[in-house]
Amino acid sequence: MKRAADKSVIEELQRQILKLQGNQPPPDQDQSLGLGVIEHAFPGKVFPRAAVHELISVSAESAACTNGFMSVILSSLMAQSGSCLWISTRRTIYPLALKTFGIEPERILFVDVNNVKDALWAMEESLKCNALNAVVGEFTALSFDESRRLQLAVEQSKVTGFVHRFQPKIENTVACVSRWKITPLFSELPDQLPGMGFPRWNIDLLKVRNGKPASWQVQWSPQGGLEYIATHEQVIPNIHKRQAG
Amino acid sequence: MTRIVAILFPQLMTDWILRRQPALKDIPFAMAVADRGLRVIKAVNILAQAKGVYVNMVVADCKAIVPDLHVLDYDPEQPQKLLTALAEWCIRYTPIVSIDLPDGLLFNVSGCTHLWGSEEDYLKHIQDRFKKFGYSTQLAIADTIGCAWAMSRFGKDISIVAPMEQHRIISSLPPAALRLEELILERLLKLGLQTIGSFMTMPRTALRRRFGAGLLMRLDQALGYEFEMLEPIKPIAAYEERLPSMEPIRTATGIEIALKTLLETFCERLNREGKGLRKCEFRCYRMDGNIQLIEIGTNRPSRNTKHLFKLFETKIQTIEPDLGIELFTLEAPVVEDLQSTQDALWTISSKNESDIAELVDRIAGKTGADSIHRYLPAEHYWPERSIHATQSLTEKATSSWRNELPRPVHVLKKPEPIEVSVPIPDYPPLLFNYKGKLHTVKKADGPERIEQEWWTDKSEYRDYYCLEDEHGGRYWVFRLGDYLTGDPEWFIHGFFA
Repeated sequence: MKRAADKSVIEELQRQILKLQGNQPPPDQDQSLGLGVIEHAFPGKVFPRAAVHELISVSAESAACTNGFMSVILSSLMAQSGSCLWISTRRTIYPLALKTFGIEPERILFVDVNNVKDALWAMEESLKCNALNAVVGEFTALSFDESRRLQLAVEQSKVTGFVHRFQPKIENTVACVSRWKITPLFSELPDQLPGMGFPRWNIDLLKVRNGKPASWQVQWSPQGGLEYIATHEQVIPNIHKRQAG
Repeated sequence: MTRIVAILFPQLMTDWILRRQPALKDIPFAMAVADRGLRVIKAVNILAQAKGVYVNMVVADCKAIVPDLHVLDYDPEQPQKLLTALAEWCIRYTPIVSIDLPDGLLFNVSGCTHLWGSEEDYLKHIQDRFKKFGYSTQLAIADTIGCAWAMSRFGKDISIVAPMEQHRIISSLPPAALRLEELILERLLKLGLQTIGSFMTMPRTALRRRFGAGLLMRLDQALGYEFEMLEPIKPIAAYEERLPSMEPIRTATGIEIALKTLLETFCERLNREGKGLRKCEFRCYRMDGNIQLIEIGTNRPSRNTKHLFKLFETKIQTIEPDLGIELFTLEAPVVEDLQSTQDALWTISSKNESDIAELVDRIAGKTGADSIHRYLPAEHYWPERSIHATQSLTEKATSSWRNELPRPVHVLKKPEPIEVSVPIPDYPPLLFNYKGKLHTVKKADGPERIEQEWWTDKSEYRDYYCLEDEHGGRYWVFRLGDYLTGDPEWFIHGFFA
């Protein structure tokens, strides 16, 4: 009985600390994005909106996987309505394929700019616009100061931002709420059938503010959504602790 | 009551040359144009005139009179260009300015002169300003175009004809002051009619019989019995606001205040009329005659002062105030109806919709309108043509998106050639080499044949395969053509998630 009371006190304290750190709890309860176990890594077991997420890819193959994973999250963020801005310096995404991930491609506005400076400006401006559901930015360089500006913009407007960095020169520290790396895994069809199966990814959540970094291996299919092949939740946190200490 | 100002530039072309080449100031020079194998003088400066060189003389003759005459080329189009530029500058004095080829301007100044004090001050001011630019002028103000024109040519430097006085003034002038044809003038002189007054009172029927209706029309126009239209250099824009400043403005803050004031009055009017602007031009008329222009465009009609100001804001720095700006104008060449209820953009509320449209305008203002894309499905199988780009935010899809067949998340702008090793025709490759890296194919799907649309393009068909390599990377490759007709090329076209 006493233990239960203690637990609720601690939970309440945690919630207050999170609030002080600018992590606003979502207003209503049903905030699941359908990511299942992945959502357990986040504070309060809710995917952080009103935040900027950083995704890093090192090869063309993993960039495709990263955009695939991002599209899965976007499709639930955009749900039935809303729109998204997709800003990039070198765009490779094929709008037709977004339909596979459950996004109406015509609801996305693509902004193609020539340099990172303009891309960052456009990203900051659009993150300030609370009429949007999400903003995606694809560019290589992002300094700490620039990322902080993006973070400040979302704190006002509650828009979710994604920064996809393709082959960054250095993986510098940024003020984003999380850092992801998605790499491809072998696909498999049931019963050893020949041919390519549904996409399978190895999702590394390398950093997450107030949460637990972890790694998952998932398969994505239009019917089943994200399904787990294996979970290595315990592996990564230890490495991360060693790095921090 | 109508008041007309006529300005004559007696040395229009030579003054213009002197502005560009001040070194010619002390040299007699003329401007000539080639005419049927001869070079004929079209403009002469004062120094050359004093030595006996006149317009319409042949250059060779002039050289005989003045051996050191400097002859420049004369561009017959130039006077019109020059007068148009001068007329544009003169819009500061009155909204109705028209050019009077070959060497003059005409203003309708009704209700304008008192802003400069009196008619005399007004004319003096104009003359002084032109003098500073290097143009000599002769000005006249009168009730009619004919009378003002006559007095600018045959009067003093500045002549003011009081209202209703044109009858008395005109009668003492020579017939040439009536803008008549050469032939009629000759005939009048032959008959000894040296002044207008000498034939003004003659019976009209006699005049018509001897000189034609043209003379009577010109006479009536000069006296104000017949109305004459001025053709303004540009029609006064329907949506235009002007803001003259008391003191020349040189700071960005000043320009911002001017812009805000103009936008407010402008949007108020648009609001009253239920319109929104699509395109807006902000002009700053500088002291030295230069016009600084910034313009914006919007994706959908807008009359939101704050939004429009934001669009202009990034461009204000590009204005060079130099000596200062004395007049601001705001003009909307494209205005559209703006209903309060619009078709919903996708399924978002109209508040969000306008917010997004405003954001898009801001981005387009900075990075160019062609940087924003939206895609709709197109009814084509060929991958490059199966999406159709649009810049409209409201255009709806006419067909549905097709996703029965696998399509990669990433496609390359242009398919890139790869080297493959294929066991037998129509089989997926075993290995492929892309950018110097060898990929061993573990799993494959395909082929999916996509035929070229023969009515658009005549290239070979493509056989697409989905491949997965030993690291789990998934690729979309195709073979162009078949092995029957030769050695087909292979290309990589995309990456699957």
